[in-house]
Amino acid sequence: MLASSQAIAAEDGNATAVPGKLLLSLSGISKEFPGVRALSEVSLDLYPGEVTALVGENGAGKSTIVKILTGIYQPDGGTITIDGEEVFFPTAHAASDAGITAIHQETVLFDELTVAENIFIGHAPKGRFGLIDTARMHRDAKSLLERIGATIDPGARLRDLGIANRHLVAIARALSVDARVVIMDEPTAALSHKEISELYDLVEKLKADGKAILFISHKFDEIFRIADRYTVFRDGELAGSGTMADVSEDELVRMMVGRSVDQIFPKQQVALGEEVLRVSDYCHPSEFDSIGFSLRKGEILGFYGLVGAGRSEFMQALFGITKPSRGTVSIEGRNITINSPADAISEGIVYVPEDRGRQGTVIGLPIFENVTLPSLSRTSRHGFIRLAEEFSLARKYTSRLDLRAASLDQDVGNLSGGNQQKVVIAKWLATEPSVIILDEPTKGIDIGSKAAVHEFMSELAASGLAVVMVSSEIPEILGMSDRVIVMKEGRIAAELTGEGMNPESLVRAAAGIAEAAK
Amino acid sequence: MIQNAVKSREAILALAILAMTGLIATRFPGFIRPANLANVFNDTAPLIILALGQMVVILTRCIDLSVAANLALTGMIVATINTVAPDIPIGLIIAIAISLGALLGAFNGILVWKLDIPPIVVTLGTMTIYRGIIFLVSEGQWINAHEMSEPFKHFPRATIAGLPVLSWIAILCITLFAVIVARTPLGRAFFAVGGNPNAAVYTGIDVGFTRFMAYVFAGALSGLTGYLWVARYAVAYVDIAGGFELEVVAACVIGGVSIAGGIGSVAGAVLGALFLGVVKNALPVINISPFWQLAISGSAIIIAIAFNARAQRQKGRVILKTAEHAT
Ligand SMILES: Nc1ncnc2c1ncn2[C@@H]1O[C@H](COP(=O)(O)OP(=O)(O)OP(=O)(O)O)[C@@H](O)[C@H]1O
Ligand SMILES: [Mg+2]
Repeated sequence: MLASSQAIAAEDGNATAVPGKLLLSLSGISKEFPGVRALSEVSLDLYPGEVTALVGENGAGKSTIVKILTGIYQPDGGTITIDGEEVFFPTAHAASDAGITAIHQETVLFDELTVAENIFIGHAPKGRFGLIDTARMHRDAKSLLERIGATIDPGARLRDLGIANRHLVAIARALSVDARVVIMDEPTAALSHKEISELYDLVEKLKADGKAILFISHKFDEIFRIADRYTVFRDGELAGSGTMADVSEDELVRMMVGRSVDQIFPKQQVALGEEVLRVSDYCHPSEFDSIGFSLRKGEILGFYGLVGAGRSEFMQALFGITKPSRGTVSIEGRNITINSPADAISEGIVYVPEDRGRQGTVIGLPIFENVTLPSLSRTSRHGFIRLAEEFSLARKYTSRLDLRAASLDQDVGNLSGGNQQKVVIAKWLATEPSVIILDEPTKGIDIGSKAAVHEFMSELAASGLAVVMVSSEIPEILGMSDRVIVMKEGRIAAELTGEGMNPESLVRAAAGIAEAAK
Repeated sequence: MIQNAVKSREAILALAILAMTGLIATRFPGFIRPANLANVFNDTAPLIILALGQMVVILTRCIDLSVAANLALTGMIVATINTVAPDIPIGLIIAIAISLGALLGAFNGILVWKLDIPPIVVTLGTMTIYRGIIFLVSEGQWINAHEMSEPFKHFPRATIAGLPVLSWIAILCITLFAVIVARTPLGRAFFAVGGNPNAAVYTGIDVGFTRFMAYVFAGALSGLTGYLWVARYAVAYVDIAGGFELEVVAACVIGGVSIAGGIGSVAGAVLGALFLGVVKNALPVINISPFWQLAISGSAIIIAIAFNARAQRQKGRVILKTAEHAT
């Protein structure tokens, strides 16, 4: 493995790569998990200087192939070749020695270490006596982070970072090794438009350097923007591949889902009911300041902003995870105090956290127990849980959200990333709240299921649920919300309604650029 | 899938116990006489009861090293009460033992919950404190058989339907815990808190309180066992059940309860305890020095942990298949 400084310097070319010549090729790859055939005889080719998009529904086997390519899983059959020679990756180390690096969908980082340590763990720059050269590590980390457009202090402790910044650290970590193949498993899912466009620039740079890039995403606009080729998986099988120039969005979706999907947002027009929630002057010493709004029955209120705008931090305070320094909340005109999530839940306010891995699922518990965890008082009688009831509650909500699982008895940890998210959303909808806060509700969810989530959301709003939706996806925000609040640096920067809800004003308000004079 | 792994792990442990018993029986047929088996069970009852409490504590990612000291302290106090007031009925004695044990457990729980001290440190401390208090209570004196009242000593040994009361109490505890763990919101919370404390907070579960409750359960069972122990052996002194806490933890680990929290079952804890019980009772029979018992328990623990690690791998994290390709 090469030292990191070289990786950073790699921009000015290791010109061995010839575009158009096959760099890495997988063929006939199969992988079976107990009871699930995750991949059967799929193939995938990567070319230097080109971006190959890998698309497919949740559970199609995309992350599984990434894990095979990085030596985390071993395939049951099939071959991997690099430059025409067969290679084997019995360990993660072998894959990284072969020049493959990946940003995984679920980033594995160390909470108690600093940003720089996380980036360089396992290959820290060594100084005299073979000891870690901390000063250089920090310098290198800083320039790596700058390269991806992140403003994160390399000395900060990881546990103090929000999910988007963690993700940027994971990206920096992947780029800290000098690799020929860069894999990105849903790299933009946690990011807002600013970081995303920096990531696109980075992808362009990597392309120019002759790296072969595998890019996994559920967002079609970005696939069409940056990819040169595509490969589609469906239910663990190869459903098609080719160059982007020869394919339309509709064709891709059909290959993926087997049918065409209506991508028009299914927002129903609902007559808004009376006010349910009112928040005024919510303040926090460091994260947000004087947030106030009201929410009516049947309303979907969007929250937009850049990473670090304080949206999730505010929602966490509202849900009782952290304490605000000031501010009042009232529900149906009644002032309430929320000191813990339990208080919020009993007032009918629930929060679907953004970081489903850390804050959502309990790995080791089966799917249905995860779903019913906050609803146990409803599924039990005289203090004893009734399993049949529990099961039917879980089934009702997971099937509405299009969950793909072998059985509800299965451990959530074995579900694909997108399906785990559906479990978490189902878990909170099952509490039948009066106000639901959804933090990035469709992050990592495939296009077909996304429509199912939106439809369900809209239906619930129509039945009187009040929804707060934090989202960084502009089409989703504009398509689903009745009203949008834009936050910037912990404050409300703008509130947009009706005509004012358009992409330009959203982006302007989030970035703090004044409206152009009309 | 994990649950299947756990179930099969329990099945394997049960088979191991059966095989071991069978092996001993080939040389000493007397060992599998029903009366002797009942005896082994009765002998293991205290370990089973304590393992149940320890299991719920470990499920929440904590540990309780003070269970044996709690047992000894509660035992000493109820024995003392019995010597001064021999007429107090056994029912009341048991109630006192359980409440006292629960109180000592609650003390652990409060320290873990409110002061946020690591569980191992807290219970290592209270273990010494509780033993110290026994010394203060007893002034280092023993309470012997002749000082205890007849009903006090007799109760755990009385037989109902062929089994001693001690065994029945263990069976009752097993049933009770099986229900609590599988069918109550609190039982579910134990798993959630150990499986992902962060997510548990977001679910509205009070992580600290859940841990506190686990300690109260473990304490209550220790207190109950405290009475049963001094009554059965008809003696109370500072060092009774010294080091027993490690055997209790061992029973849990052998039974597949994950020290990392979130994984475990009542059946596993009980089987783990029975495994140790069979080993302990069989060794004298087949004429092997009791010192071997430690070595055997130790090996069983390592095998169990290695086995758990393998079971996790089978889940699909890393498949060690293509070794032939590796080179
Ligand atoms: N460790 C595992 N054990 C058992 N089954 C697994 C395991 N990992 C993945 N699977 C199963 O393999 C299939 C493919 O999962 P994979 O994570 O590759 O999907 P994906 O295409 O990345 O989906 P997503 O878009 O949701 O991230 C799914 O059915 C999943 O449940
Ligand atoms: Mg995935």
